[in-house]
Amino acid sequence: MQSVPGKHNANKRFEDTAKYFLSNSQLRRNLHRATRTIREKRSNAVAELSDWQVLRKTGEAIKRHTMRHLDRYLCELETSVKNAGGHVHWARDAKEANSIIVDLVRKQKVREVIKMKSITTDEIGLNDALKAAGIQAIETDLAELIVQLSGDEPSHILAPSIHKNRAEIRELFRQTIGGKELSDEPEELAEAARQYLRKKFLETEVGISGVNFAVAETGTISIVESEGNGRMCTTLPRVLISVMGIEKILPKWKDLEVFMQLLPRSDAQRMNPYNSFFTGVTEQDGPEEFHLILLDNKRTNILTDTTARQTLHCIRCGACLNVCPVFKRTGGQAYHSVYSGPIGAILTPQLKGVDKQGPASLPFASTLCGACYEVCPVRINIPEVLVYLRGQVMKQRYDHQYSKQNINSEHIGLKVLAWAFMSRNRYEMAQKMARKSQKRYVRNGYIDHLPGPLKKWTQARDLQALPEQSFREWWRNQS
Amino acid sequence: MNEVKEEILQRIRGALKDVPADESIDEDIPRNYQQKGDLNPEENLQLFADRVRDYKAEVKMIKPDQIKSSVAEALKGQNVQKLVVPTDVPSDWLPDDVELLKDDPEPLTHNQLDGSDGVLTGCSLAIAQTGTIVLDGGKAQGRRALTLLPDYHLCIVFADQIVGIVPEAFQRLDEKIKQSGPPVTLISGPSATSDIELNRVEGVHGPRRLEVLVVNG
Repeated sequence: MQSVPGKHNANKRFEDTAKYFLSNSQLRRNLHRATRTIREKRSNAVAELSDWQVLRKTGEAIKRHTMRHLDRYLCELETSVKNAGGHVHWARDAKEANSIIVDLVRKQKVREVIKMKSITTDEIGLNDALKAAGIQAIETDLAELIVQLSGDEPSHILAPSIHKNRAEIRELFRQTIGGKELSDEPEELAEAARQYLRKKFLETEVGISGVNFAVAETGTISIVESEGNGRMCTTLPRVLISVMGIEKILPKWKDLEVFMQLLPRSDAQRMNPYNSFFTGVTEQDGPEEFHLILLDNKRTNILTDTTARQTLHCIRCGACLNVCPVFKRTGGQAYHSVYSGPIGAILTPQLKGVDKQGPASLPFASTLCGACYEVCPVRINIPEVLVYLRGQVMKQRYDHQYSKQNINSEHIGLKVLAWAFMSRNRYEMAQKMARKSQKRYVRNGYIDHLPGPLKKWTQARDLQALPEQSFREWWRNQS
Repeated sequence: MNEVKEEILQRIRGALKDVPADESIDEDIPRNYQQKGDLNPEENLQLFADRVRDYKAEVKMIKPDQIKSSVAEALKGQNVQKLVVPTDVPSDWLPDDVELLKDDPEPLTHNQLDGSDGVLTGCSLAIAQTGTIVLDGGKAQGRRALTLLPDYHLCIVFADQIVGIVPEAFQRLDEKIKQSGPPVTLISGPSATSDIELNRVEGVHGPRRLEVLVVNG
């Protein structure tokens, strides 16, 4: 078996590492069970709303409108947050955001901060940046804690430890936070995490959170969660720092009535246990100091592209992951990005660049079946963006990597195919030739090995053999 | 610092060249989703109770003159000795034989809250469709930490506080948010996680037991 593809393989291609994860049968069982459960629950939650499709359209319209006036709404948000007693910081990229946060934490002279689950802070590598400054970030979401304790990578944007079963979690907890007598009952495992983190919650002076939605009109930050660790992180510390990508903004308070239906139901619930909405600072209730970090980190590049712009509409519900035939089998770690599944396949290459071979492989990690588009609560046409990005990747390669002397076989193959498809005679001749030459490769009606440059095609797919007779031949025989 | 802000805004404006400069900011957004539920108050009441029960929380229907006795009974059932209450909780809700912890004269410390056995509050609103309790720091609700650290939350909901569906709740909060922007918390069942093999486990960090007394009449 290959070595474990880990953190430092961000530039590995999807197809190279997918194999490793596909051969892990425990992982596949965990994933199969988990994604099926969420899929069923989600469809029940969605079926309860007769206006679900209307809500999706409204959600899409709000997001599209917001992106078209993003500058205006960000300025409005800044003003509202400041008026409510908060501070606003702008960051062009990950480095800038991290250094702002490190400075803010240093000012408090603390060595530990508590953190609630936030993919944006994973995206910018905040924990490592804090560590380099001698500050430990304690993840308080159960799944994130599991991931952090095991030194692993998240496998799902909403359920990052979906790849681990209870026996594995028990072993981990026994070795780290819990005692030897710990059982593998989920209740007991959750209790162990509760006890370990409670003390931290009570004492830690700085909390760090992500943001689900930020309302420009009122300056209200919305946090959606289940366990209560989000409430702890945003209520108990003296100083709260929230990090948001600039696309997480909504114009009006009224928009929340749409998104607070779309997000929980897409996450397979009528309503998740806790939703917090806070506006700046409130006297004698919660943090005395609130900082909001507005992060660009390539989002403005995505905004430039009118086809790919819709990628920014994503509200990180995770529904597209659970329905994806590729994700269901490989899990999230094969994507080598904090954003996995279909949304990761379009977001990661845009954040990291289609010129890097790892991210550039992601738009191809799809069957284009369209299930992701069907479930997306804001109707992001992921297949459209996937195909578009494939084009971008090929164009990039053609422009930069292939000189005239080094034209790749795929390109030649497609040219030949186009030539053959242009005339009936040539097409039929090609069919006959192919039928003849396929004979030695056909096993039970399928071809699983092709020679030479065609090998690449059959490495990952079985090809159905050409039938003995084509439709045209059959038709001719009829008359 | 303003330099950074200006640069990001410039990037955005540069990215949005396809948007006509005079495009109206007044959104033209179709809002033909359901804005109001279609159940009557009695049905909403029943639905709310059912939905809260779905989250494995206790629900009891009571009459207005039963608040005090029902609170006492619930606290006894949970073996609550030290009870946190917001300073403005109506005194006629309170049982006689428990120790009350209040933010008065000094705010309770995190450790005091953590060491309590439970908290009793009212609420701002409730949503039938999702079995949700809405707190906004208003009357009989207290600051957020009060309903967060104790392990048991007993909440009194009056029938006329129950709205049908989610949009109605946000509409009711609209004015208050724009005026004073209080923190708002939506609570749907006890704290839970599904992170271990997707089994919903009630109780991680927030209160692990939630009990609701619905006052009707």
